[in-house]
Amino acid sequence: METFFIIMLVLMIIGAIIAVETKNMLSAVIAAGVVGFGVSVLFLFLKAPDIAITQVIVEVLSLIILIRVTTKADNEAIERKIDSFANIAGLVFVGIFVGFCIWAFVDMTPFGTPLMRVSQHYLSAGLEETGAANTVAAVILDYRAYDTLGEAVVIFTSILGAFVILRSRGKKKIYEEDYVKVGIPE
Amino acid sequence: MVVYILDMVILVIGIYCLIAKRHLIKKIIGMVLMEYSVNLFLILIGYRHNGIAPILMPDENRVHFAQYGVDPLPQALVLTSIVIGLGTLALMAAYAMRLYEKYRTFDMSEIRRLKG
Repeated sequence: METFFIIMLVLMIIGAIIAVETKNMLSAVIAAGVVGFGVSVLFLFLKAPDIAITQVIVEVLSLIILIRVTTKADNEAIERKIDSFANIAGLVFVGIFVGFCIWAFVDMTPFGTPLMRVSQHYLSAGLEETGAANTVAAVILDYRAYDTLGEAVVIFTSILGAFVILRSRGKKKIYEEDYVKVGIPE
Repeated sequence: MVVYILDMVILVIGIYCLIAKRHLIKKIIGMVLMEYSVNLFLILIGYRHNGIAPILMPDENRVHFAQYGVDPLPQALVLTSIVIGLGTLALMAAYAMRLYEKYRTFDMSEIRRLKG
């Protein structure tokens, strides 16, 4: 099973490199979609069906949003001259980050044997305490309901922000139409 | 261990894309890649060998379920995190569209140079 995970992750890494390095913006967005759907398939095989379904829906919606932004404008590459300082700084940071990651992973429990001090109680007593057969739903809506409320507030705020940013032109148009309707010369 | 490191490679590609690329949509794509990688990492931590999904079927043994079910806690938190990712992506895309309407370019260095 672990071999399958490694093959999928290598496929996703190839997709990510293509998404970062390709010149055409539309193909970059679609190559990022490879990573998203790969994550969804991995969720399914990691025994997380709820998240796999959510990830497919969110991936389709984010592809639609990104394609809307790309096709609106020129999708030509603008990397005329290479910014060498940013490249070197990025690569140095990447090296330091990978080093620290390997240092941290040595002390973690190995893959496949999670440390479940709290979650073991959810699995063994979740049905009696909440009455939900799906333990994920029990955690979202019963044990950690305040977290879910806070996350709903975050979603609401971000959607409100996007709405406000995209709205300003519509307001101006109504204003001009009112001028015409009342008959005030400009 | 190998799985964790391969997952971190995707995160690192996202960070590199965010730092070194100048196109605004490339930066958004780097952010999205980092998001996917972190979500996947949290789920990978909770996986058990020969695990079963944390959904109790009617004809399933309770002791077997408690012994082999995968960790439900990161799954519940990642579920909302994915949806929050969609919200922030919509916000970033809205900013990018506004900036393009104002400056007629997606190049970050051009946008930094212009005033007003």
